[in-house]
Amino acid sequence: MKVKNLSRRHVLRGLLNGGVVAVALPVLDCLLDDNGAAWAATGESLPLRFGTWFWGLGATNRIFVPQKTGAGYEVPSQLGPVARVQQHVNLFTNLNVFRDGEPNLCHYSGWIVGRTGKAPKTTAEQPGETLDITVANQIGRTTRFRTLTASATGDFRNTVSYENANTPNPPEISPLEFYTRLFGADFQDPNAPVFTPSPRVMVRRSVLSGVLDEIKAMEKTVGATDRQRLDEYFTGLRHLEKQLDQQLTKPEPIAACHAPPSVSMDPKMGVEVDMVQKRHRMLTDLMVMAVACDQTRVFNMAYSNAQANTVKEGYEKPHHTTTHEEPIDSHYGYQPQCAYFSSRAIEEWAYFVEAFTKIREGAGTLLDNMLIYANTDHGEARIHSLDGLVAFTAGRAGGRVKTGLHVDAGATGVTRVAYTAMRAMGIELPNWGVKSNMTSNAFSEILA
Amino acid sequence: MLQRLLGGGPQSRKKKVLLGGGALAAVLLAAVVVGAMRGPAEPQSKGTPRSMRLLTQDQYLNTVAYVFGPNVQPTTRFAALPRIDGLLASGAAIAGLSDAQLETYQKTATKVAAQIVSEDSRPYLIPCEPAATDAADPQCAKEFLAQVAPLLYRRALSEEQIDRFVAAANQSADALHDFYQGLSVVVEGILMSPNVLLVAEVSEPDPDHPGETRLDSWSLATRLSLFLWNAAPDAELLAAAQSGALQTKKGLAAQVDRMLASPRLETGVRALFDDMFAFEDFNRLAKDNTIYPAFTGETAVDAREQTLRTVVDHLLVRRADYRDLFTTRKTFMSPSLAPIYKVAAQGPGWTPYEFPADDPHAGLLTHVSFEALHSHPGRSSPTLRGKALREVMLCQTVPRPPANVDFSKVQNPDGSVKTARERIDFHLQNPSCAGCHRIMDPMGLSMEAFDGAGTFRHEENGVPIDTSGNLDGVEFTDIVGLAKALRDNPQVPWCAVRRTFAYGTGTPADSNDRRVLEYLSAEFAGQGYVFPELLRDIALSRAFRKVYEPHLRKTFPLPDLKSAERPQQTASAEPASAIHP
Repeated sequence: MKVKNLSRRHVLRGLLNGGVVAVALPVLDCLLDDNGAAWAATGESLPLRFGTWFWGLGATNRIFVPQKTGAGYEVPSQLGPVARVQQHVNLFTNLNVFRDGEPNLCHYSGWIVGRTGKAPKTTAEQPGETLDITVANQIGRTTRFRTLTASATGDFRNTVSYENANTPNPPEISPLEFYTRLFGADFQDPNAPVFTPSPRVMVRRSVLSGVLDEIKAMEKTVGATDRQRLDEYFTGLRHLEKQLDQQLTKPEPIAACHAPPSVSMDPKMGVEVDMVQKRHRMLTDLMVMAVACDQTRVFNMAYSNAQANTVKEGYEKPHHTTTHEEPIDSHYGYQPQCAYFSSRAIEEWAYFVEAFTKIREGAGTLLDNMLIYANTDHGEARIHSLDGLVAFTAGRAGGRVKTGLHVDAGATGVTRVAYTAMRAMGIELPNWGVKSNMTSNAFSEILA
Repeated sequence: MLQRLLGGGPQSRKKKVLLGGGALAAVLLAAVVVGAMRGPAEPQSKGTPRSMRLLTQDQYLNTVAYVFGPNVQPTTRFAALPRIDGLLASGAAIAGLSDAQLETYQKTATKVAAQIVSEDSRPYLIPCEPAATDAADPQCAKEFLAQVAPLLYRRALSEEQIDRFVAAANQSADALHDFYQGLSVVVEGILMSPNVLLVAEVSEPDPDHPGETRLDSWSLATRLSLFLWNAAPDAELLAAAQSGALQTKKGLAAQVDRMLASPRLETGVRALFDDMFAFEDFNRLAKDNTIYPAFTGETAVDAREQTLRTVVDHLLVRRADYRDLFTTRKTFMSPSLAPIYKVAAQGPGWTPYEFPADDPHAGLLTHVSFEALHSHPGRSSPTLRGKALREVMLCQTVPRPPANVDFSKVQNPDGSVKTARERIDFHLQNPSCAGCHRIMDPMGLSMEAFDGAGTFRHEENGVPIDTSGNLDGVEFTDIVGLAKALRDNPQVPWCAVRRTFAYGTGTPADSNDRRVLEYLSAEFAGQGYVFPELLRDIALSRAFRKVYEPHLRKTFPLPDLKSAERPQQTASAEPASAIHP
């Protein structure tokens, strides 16, 4: 029996027209299996999700890249935190970004190629559609949010997600605002014993159609470029309509979904590592529950910005400045302060991955039914290199991906990781990327 | 005034010399006869592009506050706009709309509507009482909606349109058994309208100039109002648009003068300079508490406010020379800024303050807002400051750093380096760095007189700071010398004219605007660099209301003022973060 066959929305609408505003519906226990996975009981397979994670200025390869490849690789010191989730992730090293004659736009070319497959000509050239949007347009259209994007930097201009060149997806930077957006008044707890559709939402829905008509009238008066923006407006309104429809529909129960405790205030503003860590963890915990509650199936998180501006209390140089000015320690053979900042980023990557393993879903965890792609802007940050980059994936994408591997990419393109990830997500792409960054060569060693 | 009577701009003054003093009376007479109270006529131009802009967050909030009262203040955050050619205002003409942005619009509309019909607000904001609060009241709904909807749509609305809103209000009131809730649903809808949230300009044939197009009255009213008030037009401006008066020379001047005399002008000028000075960076500014314990979150808020207060006082209250903003010692002080400036505790609140004549604080460059904003959390940055001076104050673009520089050659492992001048000396030794750093470092190093929090200092790590430098060939020995050199740099007023024009018209200035900008610059100079006169000249210029379809435009980067005699710079959108420390 499927919940949607009950046609509750229609029933409720009828009730509302009769003036009844609160309707109690029983929990549909019959839908819950032993693990509490509603989807299993409804005969639908668990949904696949896709996420990305970003950090700036790469890793200290000397203490990061394992000697061994394949499974069971040793974990060098900077990779240490990843040991906790080693069986859930794949590590890619020795990746290249190809410039194809374009300039090395420091802190820009690297991550843009990693997410769009194309080397930008100038920094004025905005990324265009990033891979998360390619995936979201395929798998994200049924949920309340097509994508969610957050950034722990505290700067609402730092985003890694673009719909197109002129439309970045604004990131959530405030845990308080993110909580309110996800779990505030408009959140429908799928497991709530009582379902009370708001009559207010119904009238709001009807007013929106008048707004849609206004867009159609405006389209006649504007030029072609602006018409595209009106289309975006139209799409956005349709999205709002869908959200309102969902609010009027009793959701299917989801055992893994538990609205988190409310966030009452934001952590302190600033880019000091401890503050960034706190913000990152609060945003991560909310993101995990947003996914568990099926509010979105595609999400992005940025720990730091490209050219990371993270600072350490009492130390005058931000991460980026350190990469340029700190001498290489002759004993260690690397820049120790710079390595400190990279290690803090890797610690947060491990936290991010681990957070998704803590939610049970079906026979495994939430992470088993998703794939996360993590990338950065440079290989060796000290010289802004575009070779020797590292990247990760995490999760098994519902069994489509093998994990626990270290893959030496042999100086092949960074686009291969993104391409492999998209293929694993079921995106039918014969190839991806432009010129030298174009690839049709997925990492077969991780595909199940 | 006399100067204006005599012809205003530099070119007409030249004419006066040629004619000789004896001809003065004749010139005066001629001026009166032809009605030419101004300098040379505005040169022909293509006008400016007809654009579609996103209403910015501040424009939205200001409008809502003017229409519904200052208590209606929803908390919100619209998506970031790209900075194009130095202005977020220009970015609003290309920024796209994401689903998340539409969600924000809706959440904000809900908050505004709820505040309007709240039991506290309704007696003030709704001009009538419904016959019964639990049912529709078409008459009262109409009275309210006919009053506010045109102000939000920025144009007169047809009877049918108002009736549609009233019908929706009635329907919603019936469904919800609440007159006020019904009304609030309609307000939400209005605040979601693309006609409200997008500023899509409409053009029409110009009857006075066959073959040319101009903004229609409503679009002109909106362009003027966003320019001068950073808000939608008020009822009087809309009335002038409706009657057609706004399209007449006299009617336009009357409205512009009224707007310039309005208290809303301060809001508009603050918005212009907040944008021009890239003060949105304050939203993320924080300093390292262990290094700069006196710099708190409040300091950052007050630093921004101090400069905006100084700008308003200098330009609008005193109507002083724009260039003197860079040397004035008059400012305002707050309790949280006093320790940073090392002056006696002030307050409570803001008090006017003037630095002594021999004090190193002179002009905007010496404000905390400039020195702290263009620094790192834990230390100063000559490069960031030099770059900001070039880009913000002089409208130039510093090229990006080169790739693949091996910094191992220029790192300073021995710890003997004490000052920034020694630290960044390698920029000038390395040919690939020197080209650009020569245009930033000589003035950036002079600003080393201020630490990363903006506090004046004589030494760094126990070593006296050498604050000598030069700006485009003008040598100086200290920060006050830099301030004077900047004040006298011809690029400063040129930059102000260029940015103000672009801000007002909503799209970046380019080579098509060159002759108009030169004309406006000459007028600005002739009027003694009085800023409200520049605003007036721009608002009344033909280029401001003459428009063309953007795709017809062939653009070239706008070079510097010819007289500044320096290498040509290119204009492009560069993220501020793309620079070495």
